[in-house]
Amino acid sequence: MSDIGNDRSGKINDTEIFISKALRLGVIISAVVIGFGFILLLATGNSGYPSGTFPTSLSQVINGIASFKSYAIIAAGLLLLILTPVFRVGISIITFIKEKDSLYTIITIIVFSILIISFLLGKGE
Amino acid sequence: MISQSIEILVFSVFAGFLGSLLGLGGGIIITPSLTLILGIDIKYAIGASIISVIATSSGSAIAYLRDKITNIRVGMFLEIATTIGALTGAFISGLINPKYLYVIFGLLLLYSAVNMCRKRKQELPREFTPHPLANKLKMNGTYYDKAHSKEISYNVTGIYGGFGMMYVAGVISGLLGIGSGIFKVMAMDTFMKLPMKVSSATSNFMMGVTAAASAGVYFTRGNIDPKIAAPVALGVLIGATIGTKVMQQLKSVTLRMIFIPVLLYVSIQMIVKGVNI
Repeated sequence: MSDIGNDRSGKINDTEIFISKALRLGVIISAVVIGFGFILLLATGNSGYPSGTFPTSLSQVINGIASFKSYAIIAAGLLLLILTPVFRVGISIITFIKEKDSLYTIITIIVFSILIISFLLGKGE
Repeated sequence: MISQSIEILVFSVFAGFLGSLLGLGGGIIITPSLTLILGIDIKYAIGASIISVIATSSGSAIAYLRDKITNIRVGMFLEIATTIGALTGAFISGLINPKYLYVIFGLLLLYSAVNMCRKRKQELPREFTPHPLANKLKMNGTYYDKAHSKEISYNVTGIYGGFGMMYVAGVISGLLGIGSGIFKVMAMDTFMKLPMKVSSATSNFMMGVTAAASAGVYFTRGNIDPKIAAPVALGVLIGATIGTKVMQQLKSVTLRMIFIPVLLYVSIQMIVKGVNI
């Protein structure tokens, strides 16, 4: 296995670092929001919702945050966490465009489109 | 409530740790821990394990990308198959009885254990000619292996088999709420002949996207209960951060040996539970 590996351009190293940093930002933000909501829940013992129920749509989450309900804040953090991989794919499109790698730009756009479609289908259920 | 949260947190740290080591979602630990030990409804356990998969993936990708273990081109290419598969799985899952979910889940784990057992002594992939498509897709790569203190170059083959296997991995993920990292690792390890650590890191990288594709459906369906999912997310992130540091120091053979007994134990428990409902 001598000179294999030269196929990958040097720039991809920067791509990896950039995506890594973007992910770290997303993960930290979502963890802080989830942690805050969770501490609020444990401290007050009040979820803000009738027993056995919790927000299951974006509008419920937004309304719940407005009235400072702990379950809504946790759910917002969870939604942010769910979005980190999507965000990561979005960032990848930009970095592949910057690298002028048209093949991987297209591949990444396809993945991103499927993700968006799946979110829209989930919402419409 | 606080004591249950602490229990969930502890299981989740362990799930995140093991998941980031082996390229699995942690659903493999979360689902049985929550259902079998804490008696939580499988409906919420599946939602929690989707969260666990995403937390393991994003949490461990931070380190694996920075240290360049992950092969992002292989990952991006195969994500086409896994996202379409996940979507398929999420929409047929409402049609299946939880009893069968346990049995299917258990049998899947058992199958993976047998498969891993066969490969337990292989440390690094053998030399071979890369698939022409792998050259075209710029998939062949290198990574620095801390356990061997050297740069390891590798080729990629079996693109079509890997792609097909990834679609199946996506369907299972959508169906059961697990990252089906086993199938992703298997596709890259067995079909595409990537080194174990690259397979594990790339599986981790990918499974967040697969899970996110079906997480929206689980969220609106009411599977993601905040009081369960919050300690899972936080615990898994902590565990995954620790796991990424440990994994790079371990040999591939060790990684496999850690995994096989866990897999066997959990698979048998799940099958028994499914049969007894």
